[in-house]
Amino acid sequence: MRNLATLLFLGGLVFLLAAITGTLPFGHPPMLVGQAIQQAAKPEVGAANVVTAVVLGYRGLDTLGELAILFAAATAGGLVLGGVQAKGRNNALPAAGFVQRAGTDVLFPLLLIAGLYVVIHGHLTPGGGFQGGVILAAAFFLPLLARPSESLSHIWLSVIEGLAGTAFIALGLGALYNGDAFLTPLFDKGMFGELVSSGSLPLLYLAVGLKVGAELSSLLMRLAHDDGAAS
Amino acid sequence: MSTSVGLVFFIGAIGLCVIGIAGIVLSRHLFRMVLALAIAEAGANLLLILAGYRWDAVAPIFTGTAGGQAMVDPVPQAMVLTAIVIGVGVQALALSLVIRIKERYGTLDMQEARQCMQDDLDDAGGVTPSRSRERPAGERPIPAPTVLNSTGGQHD
Repeated sequence: MRNLATLLFLGGLVFLLAAITGTLPFGHPPMLVGQAIQQAAKPEVGAANVVTAVVLGYRGLDTLGELAILFAAATAGGLVLGGVQAKGRNNALPAAGFVQRAGTDVLFPLLLIAGLYVVIHGHLTPGGGFQGGVILAAAFFLPLLARPSESLSHIWLSVIEGLAGTAFIALGLGALYNGDAFLTPLFDKGMFGELVSSGSLPLLYLAVGLKVGAELSSLLMRLAHDDGAAS
Repeated sequence: MSTSVGLVFFIGAIGLCVIGIAGIVLSRHLFRMVLALAIAEAGANLLLILAGYRWDAVAPIFTGTAGGQAMVDPVPQAMVLTAIVIGVGVQALALSLVIRIKERYGTLDMQEARQCMQDDLDDAGGVTPSRSRERPAGERPIPAPTVLNSTGGQHD
């Protein structure tokens, strides 16, 4: 009975999605908003990457909301798994083998540089705070796999995360002080296509990258330590 | 040719969505439900990206060389960009809940875990088998009182 209801529901879902996508001309989207943004983004925001112009320039408030969702997920994960210090399990796991430890030592700085590069060049090339933040979190997760007994300080991660979130909101409030709308890009737009250009967008993306990196690495650290305690 | 290729893409995206949702509803294993959630999310993201796809267009980034070339729609890409990272956060939260359930009840089967939770709730509420007609000796579908009708209790 339940399977039958599920099949009926799925059939309805397929029909609905197929009916919606059937009306879309594939390869020739109407792009009512997209067309206007593509023409307006270059003079208005000054970012070479139009996706960044949309994410931070035109709907920065939505990005702030998405950061809030991520923060809520990370906080709830920490709440469910509990504090790491609470159980005193830091020497539960032995260190990994030589290959993994040496590979971690080689990869850690490279991943750090790649992550920071992706974050800082978010307004010029594919990438940005979210993607670069995930790379940073991966960089900080590798030492955790290689040497489970040594872990990063949760307090520092929380401080970085809080400062990054505060910086994002402060940049938004600065626009209010100038008399613009919340999160309007500040500063001069500079040369189009240069690293220091498009006003405060690189700073905003740096804040996003640090926040995402700190949140995801603390979440991964909690998961990894909890796994060590349960086994 | 273009419509048939588009059909393949759309079938793939819708198929991923449907496989994911079917996995969430039909599977009883909690970890598989989390994986199915990830699959459904990938399908939804692919569907959004496809809605903004454009033939013979480049990525929505101004480069020095390609001057007036057409670009794909940047708005769905901006939505998907954040949705992927949020999806990772949500999956991590779901996995931490799964870890807690496994630690507490020692099972990942959803029906067993639900039965255990129900028992915990009843214990917390002081509902013992002797005091509640709803819960005779822990059997959730109430067994038939007489032997004459022993096939009852199949429905759930």
